This record gives sequence, C-alpha cells and structure tokens, in this order.
Amino acid sequence: MISILRSIWLTFLHAFHKRETQGYPEKKPYLPPRYRGRIILSRDPDGKERCVACYLCAAACPVDCIALQAISDSSGRRYPEFFRINFSRCIFCGYCEEACPTYAIQLIPDFEMGEYDRKNMVYEKGNLLISGEGKYHGYNFYRVAGVEIGVKKTGEGENEEPPVDLKNLIH
Amino acid sequence: MKYFFIIAGVLLIPLTIAAGLIWGERRLLALFQDRYGPDRVGPAGLLQVVADVVKIFFKEDWIPPFADKAVFVLAPGILIFTILLTFAVIPFTDNFLVLDSNIGILFFLGNSSLGVYSIVLGGWASNNKYSLLGSIRASAQMLTYEVFMGLSLVGVVMMADSFSLREIVEAQRGGWFFIPQFVAFVIFFIAGIAETHRTPFDIPEAEGELVAGYHSEYSGMKFGMFFVGEYLGVTLISSLIVTLFFGGWLGPAFLPPAFWFFFKTAFFIFLFILIRASLPRLRYDQLMEVGWKVLLPLVLLNILITGALVISTGYL
Repeated sequence: MISILRSIWLTFLHAFHKRETQGYPEKKPYLPPRYRGRIILSRDPDGKERCVACYLCAAACPVDCIALQAISDSSGRRYPEFFRINFSRCIFCGYCEEACPTYAIQLIPDFEMGEYDRKNMVYEKGNLLISGEGKYHGYNFYRVAGVEIGVKKTGEGENEEPPVDLKNLIH
Repeated sequence: MKYFFIIAGVLLIPLTIAAGLIWGERRLLALFQDRYGPDRVGPAGLLQVVADVVKIFFKEDWIPPFADKAVFVLAPGILIFTILLTFAVIPFTDNFLVLDSNIGILFFLGNSSLGVYSIVLGGWASNNKYSLLGSIRASAQMLTYEVFMGLSLVGVVMMADSFSLREIVEAQRGGWFFIPQFVAFVIFFIAGIAETHRTPFDIPEAEGELVAGYHSEYSGMKFGMFFVGEYLGVTLISSLIVTLFFGGWLGPAFLPPAFWFFFKTAFFIFLFILIRASLPRLRYDQLMEVGWKVLLPLVLLNILITGALVISTGYL
C-alpha cells in the first residue's frame, strides 16, 4: 500500500525533472570532432589533392561503396581519375580513414544527407573534395615520404637524412 | 430552447474533453517520463487530435469475415451510448443538467453495467481467441468491481438522504463528503479505474499479453469509438467523484460554479493519468482477490459505521 503511493509520488516528481528529449531539427546535437559522418577528400597545404589513388580505402571498405581509378600526371604524381562513394551503401565505419596512408580520406561530423532521389547519394570526386586540409593541418605526404615527383628531392624531406653513399667507405 | 442547448452542451463538452484527452494523456505521460510527447502539429501539438481524427476516418473500416457482423458493429456503439447517457444525470452546475433524476446514482450504476456488454460482445463477435480472453477477463473484472462500487456509494446516499446527484451536491454545502466518506472515496476511485479499464486494471486490454484484448479485431472509427469511449469513461468517473465526494460545483464564490466543477474534474483526470504512468498491471485473479477479500469487507464496514453514526447523531 505504502509502496504504491510512493511510486505514484515518485512518478509525479518526474514532472519536474529535466526532459531527456533532444529537440533535434531545431536544436542541433553536439558532435565530437572525431564523429564519423560524411566522407570527404582533403588537400595538402599546397592545395594539391592528398589522395595518391592507392586503392587501400576501396580494399578496406566492408561494403564496397568506394570506387576509384588511379592515373598519374606528367610529373609522376598519382591521383584518382575518378573517385566515387555510394553513400546509400556506406555504413560510416571509418575503415577507409584508418587505411588511408596520406590522411586524404576523412570522416567529418555531418550526417544530414537526406535525398529524395537515390542517385543523388552517389558522390563524385567534385562533391567529395574540399579545399582545406581537414583534421590534419600542415601534413603533406610527399614532403615526408614517397617518390620524387618535384615536391622534394630525395633525402630533403621532413625528418629525412640524405641518402648514404654506398660507395664511400667512411660511413 | 434553453433545454436544447443544455442537451447539446452535455453531449458536446464530454466528447470534446475526451478527444482532447487523447492529446492530454500523451503530453502528461511524456511529462512523467521526462519526454515531450506530441508537440509538432499546431501549438504545443494540440492539432494532433484533429490529425488523428482525420486519419482514423479515412482508414479502412475492416470487419473480419469470421466475425459476427451485427454484434461486431453494435458493440462499440453500446459503450459510447451508455457513457453519454450517464452524463445526462451529472449536475455540471446548479442549473446546467439535463435530468435531475431521483435515481441518479442507480441510473449511473445501471448504465455502467450495461457498458460492460460492449466489451463482452465486442470480444465475442470478433471470433478471436485473444479478444475472447479479453472479454472473459472483462466479465470477471466487472463481477468484482461492480459490487463494491455500488456499495461504496451507499454511505454517500445515507449522508445525503437522496439518490439524486444534484441533491447530493447540495447536501455537501456543510462539508464535502470525502472527509467522512474517505474509505468510500478511495474504493470508488479504485472501482472507477477498473470500470474504465485503465492501467493497473487494464486487464481486458492487456496489450502485453492479449494483443489489444477485446478490440484486437477493430479498426478505423470502430476502434476510435472504443478509444474515445475509454476517455469518456475517465471523464465520467472523474466528474462522478467530484459530484459525490468533492462538492460538485461548490467552491469559493469568486469564480463561477462551472469553473469549480471542471477544475476538480480535471484534477481527477490528471490523477487517472498519473496512476497510469506509475503502476503496473495486476493479474485478474489479484484484482478479484483484493476486490472480494479486502475492499468488499471494508466497504461493508463503512456502511455499518456510517449507518450507526447517521442514526445515533440524528443526521437525518
């Protein structure tokens, strides 16, 4: 008997509690910086595409939503000829971001991708590329590693020493 | 002409309140559960009711081929009919009532017994195991609560010396009956919850066990009538509690009597919803056990003591 009255009273007190509801469309929720949402392709500090079209993201993708074709320009720099992500398949697992050796592909805190037409969920390279550097500022893959394509000479990169002259006995 | 307006008002006001309660209950339940409830359609979600009604009218009104058609169609009507009929004897204010019957309480008890036919027949005509189980539970529940519901009002009748609801309110000018008749009030409230099949006693519906109990097979506006009937019942029981135990339209004079009546009724409707938000459903053998072994002896004791006091103090 007492416990019945007590539970009615406790339920009544809930009228004065804070409501749990998130007023989503009007009040946007806080998304942490590492939130895994829409996928973008970033550029290096020089404004060039970071992507070297290594296919690792496409290989890592568990739902095969990434398609790309590698091509290289006259200096020998590889880049994707096309880069296509089908977001109606994407499960936002972030494996592509983990697989990427150049920080090119990144997931950002945005999930509002509603479309009326399924075809509009397929994003081409032009839709994916952003003009900035995304989460990793100042990183340029070709200044740290990679083949010589005119960005740096061999042995002149960051944290890199000049190559050893194998024919010199002093070393 | 004035009489016509009163009848129209008595028909329309409870129906409007019952429809509004569809919204009100959802908002209040949400309040007790730290949510917002429907707040999209119109100001504070008030037009949700209109949207629901429009939707339910355009829904397919499906009568299962295995159902007993005539009874199936009749059942939801009985519920609305008996409840609306009972509103005729409720005195909203001193002069705003359809019928000042000298058997008002008996009229209510008779109608509430008839209302059970709606549920029993609805479940039977559905020709469905779950519906029939719901009906069986409803009749078992009715056998239990009707007894102590009727007897709990005997104390009030003895104190007011009348079966007329208007005279019962008039008799409370000296003091509301819920103080001397507190036991009767609590028992009548419990019986009222059982009468309207609301949560601790929504045994005939029991959506966790019986799909939707007696109205599993109902759809469209026929289901809507059961749905509105439930809220009409809540309004009816609340206004009866106010009339019998809380002085009806009586109250401080700075506000009109109609306000006091609706204010008190709204409080008990609120209590109905609060109880629904807090208590789990009983088994129907538990309800019968409490009804027959605890509440019935209590209510008989209440009659005995009230009768003794009325005679010894010469209250008559």
